[in-house]
Amino acid sequence: MEPNELKIREKQAESAEKIAAQGTRVFVCAGTGCVANGSLEIIEKLKEAGINVQTIQEKKMTVVPTGCHGFCEKGALMVIPDLHFTYTKVKLSDVPEIIESIKTGVPVDRLLYVDPITNEKIAKNEEINFYAKQHRTSLCNCGHINPEDIDDAVAIREYEALEKVIRTMTPEEVVKEIMDSGLRGRGGGGFPTGRKWMFTQAAKSPTGKKYVVCNGDEGDPGAFMDRSVMEGDPHKLLEGMAIAGFAVGADEAYIYVRAEYPLAIKRLRIAIAQAEERNLLGKNILGTDFSFSIHIKEGAGAFVCGEETALIASIEGERGMPRPKPPFPANKGLFGMPTLINNVETLANVPLIMLNGASWFASMGTEKSKGTKTFALTGEVNNTGLIEVPMGTTLREVIFDIGGGIRNGKKFKAAQIGGPSGGCLTEKHLDLPLDYDSLIQAGAMIGSGGLVVMNEDTCIVDTAKFFMNFTQSESCGKCVPCREGTKNMLKILDNITKGKAKMEDLDLLQELARSIQAGSLCGLGKTAPNPVLSTLKYFYDEYVAHIKEKRCPAGVCSALRTITIDADKCKGCTKCARNCPAGAIKGEIRKAHEIDQAKCIKCGACISNCPFKAIKEA
Amino acid sequence: MSDTVRKTLFVEGKEVEFTDEKNLLEVIRKAGFEVPTLCYRPELSTFGACRMCVVEIEGRGIQSSCTMPPEPNIRVHVNTEKVRRIRKMVLELLLSNHDMECATCVRSNDCELKDLANKYEVRDLRFSRKRTLAPIDDSSPSLVRDPNKCILCGACVRACNERQGLGILAFVNRGSRTVVTPALGMNLGDVDCVGCGQCAAVCPVGSITVKSDIESVRELIDDKSKTVVCEIAPAVRVAAGEEFGLKAGENVIGKLAAALRMIGFDKVYDTNFSADLTIMEEGTELIGRIKAGEKLPLFTSCCPAWVKYVETQHPDLVSHLSTARSPQAMFGSLVKDVAVNRDGIKREDYKIVSFMPCTAKKAECLREEFSVDGERDVDFVLTTQELIRLIKASGINLAALEPEELDLPFGMYTGAGTIFGASGGVAEAALRTVYEIVTGKALDNIDIEATRGLQGYKELKAHLAGTEVKVVIVNTLKEAEKMLQKVIDGTADFQVLEVMACPGGCIGGGGQPISCNDPAKKQMRANGLYKEDSELPLRKSHENPEVKAIYDSWLEKPGSHKAHSLLHTSYVNRFETCYKNQKSK
Repeated sequence: MEPNELKIREKQAESAEKIAAQGTRVFVCAGTGCVANGSLEIIEKLKEAGINVQTIQEKKMTVVPTGCHGFCEKGALMVIPDLHFTYTKVKLSDVPEIIESIKTGVPVDRLLYVDPITNEKIAKNEEINFYAKQHRTSLCNCGHINPEDIDDAVAIREYEALEKVIRTMTPEEVVKEIMDSGLRGRGGGGFPTGRKWMFTQAAKSPTGKKYVVCNGDEGDPGAFMDRSVMEGDPHKLLEGMAIAGFAVGADEAYIYVRAEYPLAIKRLRIAIAQAEERNLLGKNILGTDFSFSIHIKEGAGAFVCGEETALIASIEGERGMPRPKPPFPANKGLFGMPTLINNVETLANVPLIMLNGASWFASMGTEKSKGTKTFALTGEVNNTGLIEVPMGTTLREVIFDIGGGIRNGKKFKAAQIGGPSGGCLTEKHLDLPLDYDSLIQAGAMIGSGGLVVMNEDTCIVDTAKFFMNFTQSESCGKCVPCREGTKNMLKILDNITKGKAKMEDLDLLQELARSIQAGSLCGLGKTAPNPVLSTLKYFYDEYVAHIKEKRCPAGVCSALRTITIDADKCKGCTKCARNCPAGAIKGEIRKAHEIDQAKCIKCGACISNCPFKAIKEA
Repeated sequence: MSDTVRKTLFVEGKEVEFTDEKNLLEVIRKAGFEVPTLCYRPELSTFGACRMCVVEIEGRGIQSSCTMPPEPNIRVHVNTEKVRRIRKMVLELLLSNHDMECATCVRSNDCELKDLANKYEVRDLRFSRKRTLAPIDDSSPSLVRDPNKCILCGACVRACNERQGLGILAFVNRGSRTVVTPALGMNLGDVDCVGCGQCAAVCPVGSITVKSDIESVRELIDDKSKTVVCEIAPAVRVAAGEEFGLKAGENVIGKLAAALRMIGFDKVYDTNFSADLTIMEEGTELIGRIKAGEKLPLFTSCCPAWVKYVETQHPDLVSHLSTARSPQAMFGSLVKDVAVNRDGIKREDYKIVSFMPCTAKKAECLREEFSVDGERDVDFVLTTQELIRLIKASGINLAALEPEELDLPFGMYTGAGTIFGASGGVAEAALRTVYEIVTGKALDNIDIEATRGLQGYKELKAHLAGTEVKVVIVNTLKEAEKMLQKVIDGTADFQVLEVMACPGGCIGGGGQPISCNDPAKKQMRANGLYKEDSELPLRKSHENPEVKAIYDSWLEKPGSHKAHSLLHTSYVNRFETCYKNQKSK
């Protein structure tokens, strides 16, 4: 069959016409971050104010709510591609001026992005470093389409790959294409996706039934790439799932989304309904023999349900606890049937691979890590947000080019990559290519792509404690090493930050970590000690300082602060004593005061109240 | 099959053949190597939680052997430094979250955690043990749940789900706050727990235990103004010897008679007697129902866990239950009635203690309908486990005792009474009698093999003077539920349903010596019962001379008015209330 004979062509033309009729499109981000910044109200007001507006290009204007643009800290975001305007931190009160700018073609200067290094104002989206240095593939449509309107999706060739696959390819050919692309699971493990598909395809089902499950249980703190795809480009995910279903022989699928992603759930539901209405999902898709239906299963938000067997248990209505593998889901998964389970980002890459070919995908990335990867860039960088770069991009490029460097001119100290299962990278890793294998070698992992940048003011022990607190409270409680071991690791870390630990505790900490890694039942437990082990490896001295010197080098651990009054500078004004909540400061008026260290709770109220800067903390 | 390739793997260098073992652990154990486990229970689903069974496989590192299928040619090491370190760490972690009140724990002698901690030289705990103690749940008449000892192995959760289909216990909360509890934090006594004790039977520690009534029984015995008699259930005699170095299945009824007399019981009787009586009543009832063609299929009513299950889960079906009381309850009402109304002993001065393999019997004896003027028919129930402790604490070595005869008349029994202790035994005993009553002919082959065996489901057809009767025999409530669904949807093609809630019947009861790591014991115990049956001179309930005598002298005939008032009962809808209003005296 020739490409032009595809039935979708007709639909594409229809949809493109509808889009063109919208005139100048004003994209306002309606992702979760921008909604929190009031974007829904802005959209309503813009729609109202824009009814009879004629734009500089002599067209009508249409306000299009989009998914996440990724640059959430600058929300609410607005992009008008026709006019090359990007507005940041838009407020409801800015609407009249924005309308004016659309009419005149002169941008609202104060809403433009300011480069943190050059201080230059930039209007064009593609010239902002944050975007310019990215390479968006799985996120390519997020922010550029209306996720609640299937015409937007069809017009940009979504579902074309699906039709191409079901009309012109055999399931074996589809699996081979995915194999050849080198795509690996984006959820954390990095298992070759093609092999997973092959196993599921080859698996014998007792009833002939097989399932596709999309893992949308994004649980890493701070990571939101899957949410962005589901909110911003749901049809790409649905298309990827249908292709997967065709390849492995499944006609039914579940998307497992946590209930705290209500917007993603809403948009997925709308997308499924619209796709079924257009015969792009459901029975006999586009008149072929292939049928595929997708259900949504809302999860209760347990981190462990991101583990595939726990997720399957949860869909089945059981408590979300991992099951022993083997049997692997490919052989015995959901309701005992062979099940393909892939993460959102993985599946979102599938239509592009089928449309552009395996070699296109394989041309990006490194030898063993192909394609691009999204990262949730947070912490002490100038530009935070969701980014996508080719595999193998260096940490330096991510932090200093896209991220615009460390905030407030501070020094880079470390980056925690891969969330609570990942590890810590330091200055010496700045030129490390970010790919699966290099990161594993460095004691970290890509995980789902959380990337927290820390500066010199971050206490590394405190950071390790944060992640350990997360994994211990999110452990499912099934296996002993994870349930009891992480609890005790956390206890030791807590003692270290409070100056109550002994040097032997570091040995115990490492011994525990090794036992948990080797002995746990599932990936959550096996990776839980990673943040501790990698920080111990690279910042051992900082641990020792806490223990031996009872000192937190970054000055974060409040229990280890010592606050003293410089007798030479103190004028005896008594302000500190009056503001001390613990009654720890004594002294006669007009004479130097003193802090009773036994009573001091290290709150720092005296420091901020001293008019003579006589109080110091060490 | 001749073309099957011989599959082997290597354990510590020794080549070991394997076939269809469900996991590597079984292969390793079969080869004679020991691998410790806490959460693994051969008869329940594999859980993989405790991580004690980890082994090291060349090229694959650490794997839990219970979750790993055996694979050809792998080289397994069961006792490497790495493996030992993980096991010891697991033990240390578990103990740091355990109350460690070992000296006062009922499982002190057979605690799997204590045993392993000792073997792995866990001497000092490096982790802080500060924790607030959770309240102990002793609301159930059968069981005591102490959350402070729980190691979250999930064996009880699996047992309740997989054997009884009830799911009374489940995991709640995440991480280190995880606990096992009945729904909504309720107590066992306030939920639909049937008291079967299968949870306690698989608990590796003392977190779920049989509620002890030993001290109450001691008080009765010490009170010289009371006559205290006892009855011994069939399954007890083939298990009580296990803790005294005797083989499972060895019949120690004579030794028990001797021991219990030494302890101070005035008479030692046998529940087998009332089992024979049950056959007379239930058999008569069955014949009546078949003739009338009503309330069929007839459900047996010997098992109190099953009775409570029907009352709470399927109250609409209670009319199917035989109205005959269980052998324990019949024994209590009849023997006390004879003592009080024939022999003139004051009811409060005549006490009956029953020895049962069963924890649910403790709840049964508390039922209001099984007491007269507030005085229970059976005063206390001690399980086989408690019986063993009672004997040991009395300084008696059961194994060394000379067997003695039981007391008459209520110690007289036939082989039919004995086999009540195994799944299928009630059906077999009933058929022996019913056949002869209905046909008037002697049964050719008294051993009805189709009723025997530990499998969950058995069926057979009996021809009773032109009427074909299909008998279905199930054990575990999960199997029973399947049959109830057939009754509900009208597809039940059987006339008799024998149910025992415990796997294999009473021999696998929740009060029996703990044998969850040695499933073969159940078969050995069953064999012990069938052996006694085969050796007894009388093997049919209606031939029991003392049963005949008691009908002649006291009960008139099976199904008579008096027999009804003493030997039958009625059932109620306990859908909402369970045993809420019933309290222990």
